[in-house]
Amino acid sequence: MSISVSMTVNGKAVSGKVEARTLLVQFLRENLSMTGTHVGCDTSQCGACVVHVDGQSVKSCTMLAVQAEGAKVMTIEGLAPSADKLHPMQEAFRDNHALQCGFCTPGMVMSAVDMVKRHNYQLDEATVRRELEGNLCRCTGYHNIVKAILAAAPAMKAAGV
Amino acid sequence: MTAAPTGIGARVKRTEDQRFLTGRGRYVDDLALARPTYAYFLRSPHAHAKIRSIDTAAAAAMPGVVRIFTGKDTAEAKVGSLICGWVVKDKDGNPHKAPGHPPIAIDTVRYVGDTVAMVVAETASQARDAAEAIKVDYQVQPACVDLARALDKGAAQVHPEAPGNLCYDWEIGVKADVEAAFAKAAHVTKLDLVNNRLIPNAMEPRAAAADYDAGTGQYTLWSTSQNPHVLRLILSAFVLGIPEHKLRVVAPDVGGGFGSKIFCYADETLVVWAAPRVGRPIKWTAERNESFQTDAHGRDHVTHAELALDKDGKFLALKVETIANMGSYLSTFSTAVPTYLYATLLAGQYTTPLIYANVKAAFTHTAPVDAYRGAGRPEATFVIESIVSKAAAELKIDPAELRRRNFIPSTAFPYQTPVALQYDSGNYPPIIDEATKVSDYKGFEGRRAEAKSRGKLRGIGFSSYIEACGLAPSQVIGQLGGGVGQWEAAQIRFNPTGNVQVLTGSHSHGQGHETTFAQIVSDKLGVPLEQIEVVHGDTATTPFGMGSYGSRSLAVGGSAIMKAADKIIAKGKKIAAHLLEASVADIAFENGTFKVAGTDKAVPLGQVVFAAYVPHNYPITEVEPGMDENAFYDPANFVYPAGTQVCEVEIDPETGTTEIVSFTAIDDFGNIINPMIVEGQVHGGIVQGVGQALLENAVYDKSSGQLISGSFMDYTMPRADDVPSFKVGYKVTPCPHNPLGVKGCGEAGAIAAPAAVMNAVRDALGPLGVRDVPMPATPLAVWQTIQGAQRKAAE
Ligand code: FES
Ligand code: FES
Repeated sequence: MSISVSMTVNGKAVSGKVEARTLLVQFLRENLSMTGTHVGCDTSQCGACVVHVDGQSVKSCTMLAVQAEGAKVMTIEGLAPSADKLHPMQEAFRDNHALQCGFCTPGMVMSAVDMVKRHNYQLDEATVRRELEGNLCRCTGYHNIVKAILAAAPAMKAAGV
Repeated sequence: MTAAPTGIGARVKRTEDQRFLTGRGRYVDDLALARPTYAYFLRSPHAHAKIRSIDTAAAAAMPGVVRIFTGKDTAEAKVGSLICGWVVKDKDGNPHKAPGHPPIAIDTVRYVGDTVAMVVAETASQARDAAEAIKVDYQVQPACVDLARALDKGAAQVHPEAPGNLCYDWEIGVKADVEAAFAKAAHVTKLDLVNNRLIPNAMEPRAAAADYDAGTGQYTLWSTSQNPHVLRLILSAFVLGIPEHKLRVVAPDVGGGFGSKIFCYADETLVVWAAPRVGRPIKWTAERNESFQTDAHGRDHVTHAELALDKDGKFLALKVETIANMGSYLSTFSTAVPTYLYATLLAGQYTTPLIYANVKAAFTHTAPVDAYRGAGRPEATFVIESIVSKAAAELKIDPAELRRRNFIPSTAFPYQTPVALQYDSGNYPPIIDEATKVSDYKGFEGRRAEAKSRGKLRGIGFSSYIEACGLAPSQVIGQLGGGVGQWEAAQIRFNPTGNVQVLTGSHSHGQGHETTFAQIVSDKLGVPLEQIEVVHGDTATTPFGMGSYGSRSLAVGGSAIMKAADKIIAKGKKIAAHLLEASVADIAFENGTFKVAGTDKAVPLGQVVFAAYVPHNYPITEVEPGMDENAFYDPANFVYPAGTQVCEVEIDPETGTTEIVSFTAIDDFGNIINPMIVEGQVHGGIVQGVGQALLENAVYDKSSGQLISGSFMDYTMPRADDVPSFKVGYKVTPCPHNPLGVKGCGEAGAIAAPAAVMNAVRDALGPLGVRDVPMPATPLAVWQTIQGAQRKAAE
């Protein structure tokens, strides 16, 4: 039994056929072959799958594809303004060595962008650490991720993103 | 060596980051295969049961099902047993008990998660649905789960080949000598420890995809492996019998390993085996609950230790009795971990002249246990550093001072320990001096008093670790029972236009080799970083290599690259001598240019490379064309990183919650290629160690053998708000026996941190009369310990 869904992903209209149980992350990875969004768990805890749905960060393993009908979805592939320019958060992750194996990174970056905006570009270390509750990283020990997010907040403000 | 901005010692931003930051990393599950099928493994829900029958008829009729395989099929096809590649000999010289490990259980399941059937279907969901329809008639048997009781009479037996569940009873050191020293001791400190069982949980779950080309007979396996060549060798030579040259193993981007992706598992074995039978590519990716159940777990020791001291606090002797859990089957390197990677480290940083250790390895009805970040060395460090701090508390000697009194002096290197290893280099006192300074150890009692005024218990803990890594002289590994060589391979291949491919047998799954190795080549050959590409992880393109584990990539893999670079320079000199019409002996190589010493005649490396590929004006009778050099490097010894960590905690006695308020790590990793990457390794290691100390625990129900902590909801992974930012620093004593002077940094954090944290917790609770707290020191464990102490005080 398949259902048609349509949505906008990274500014492009897309549609496809899914099962009722198909998760948004499966739709992105399998139907659209957009494999930047990762799956690290089966209990909605790791945050490797975070994308933005209508501007808010969402664990795409926790949402059915059909629930995103008509929504504007942004994934890690759509974050950078152009092929040779990174988003300030991506830049900050690179500058601060906030990634090692890179598996948690797409979800981390997408969560972090949303976090900075929700806090109106003003964050302190304790807030960043608390806000990262839903994103697991096994490699970095979080030290450099926290540093990167704190560095990105003013950079995002300055860049107006 | 010159410290060019991109060379050795520079904080170069990682070249691999661009693809990871933009969602263009390529992990196994991202692979697009033509006409793929998907595998799902039905796993045992019981810790121990006989399989009476398996009925797959209903499942086979489910939508999308392509094939179903059971142990009957693999047994009929004579699929081999998964192997353990390290033979440990017991006290009497007999090899360890090595029961078979069929990739699919044939008539008995031995842990929750043991493979029972493989379903291949058009989609992953269809495969999972069909697996649910398979009817297995189990006859449940009593299970042996509790490690402390596993060797007792009457414990349920895991394998008929291993009576009493004993895999081996191994020892090192001379017991009588140690006992004699204890008889003369002024003080003996005794300690009982449980080193809690951990689940590695790399964020990328294990995955495998296989394809078979019937036209060429060629198999390809894409696997989340830390060592694709070793995996190929095991599958070819021992398990599946596929000729090595007909099996290509690719480990593309891999999302963390920490040891758990070294081993050859049932899952990838079966995917390869089934590919020609299905006639289409097969993909499998573990769900997280499968990672919990079937990734090789780590640690899991029960230990009793005693330390003998003289009246001045000098260590006279150490004896250690350990029971180590092997789990249900022997994983690839499991037997070596609690012996050669554990007991040989029990000297720590100290001059303890006599050491005896006895290790009994036990089978239990739990998942296999094998190397996990640090592998044996965290367990050793936990024993030593716990007992040293306990002795300090008992003797009322400052814990830093007691360590200083017993450090191996810097003049004593190379230092032969009583437990086989010869430490090549080190200088421990300046490390602890720096650590006490950075952590403001002097001001601690003031902070303790201030915390007390707020009703909080503050404690400080030291951990001065040693590790032996960079495995290691192949000959020694062979003498100790290891089944493989432990060299590393590298190839430096110049293209005619002057850019370079560096092919390495090491594998990067987060360590940043693409940057670090490029820095080495850039520094050594003067080639700009952006013209260097590091290639790894594919048996079809890279030279046979041993892969990455045990902090060996830089010390061994990096050294192989240095050797290959030396060959490039040597060949280049001959070509340059011809081009410059000089004698080879007069040619010097510097900053990417060959020069005739004492003249201004010079030719850049790029031109020499071009001449090698277009050899029109070339010493063709003496020098082969091309610029492509191979090297294999077999280390002369292990490398011995060392350091001191200082952890400061604050405990809320009302809730038992422990907060890490400060954490300092001063390490000696020898020379450092990229400090930014090294610091990242230290941070990550520390947090895994903190996780072990305060949060993580793999718990099996003691009677049913169910894995209670089987998901991220039940198994506490360290989160960002569980840890502080860290203060890290270095002291450098270069490794004397490898060309880079490097040691290894990947495991240090995880090796030292559990003892640092637990010593801090013990110190905080000391004023209440508490001597020990079980690890992990969860709020419940701490709270119960405090309650127990208060009851005792009231009595
Ligand atoms: S995959 Fe979505 S939270 Fe883990
Ligand atoms: S970088 Fe590997 S899990 Fe975060």
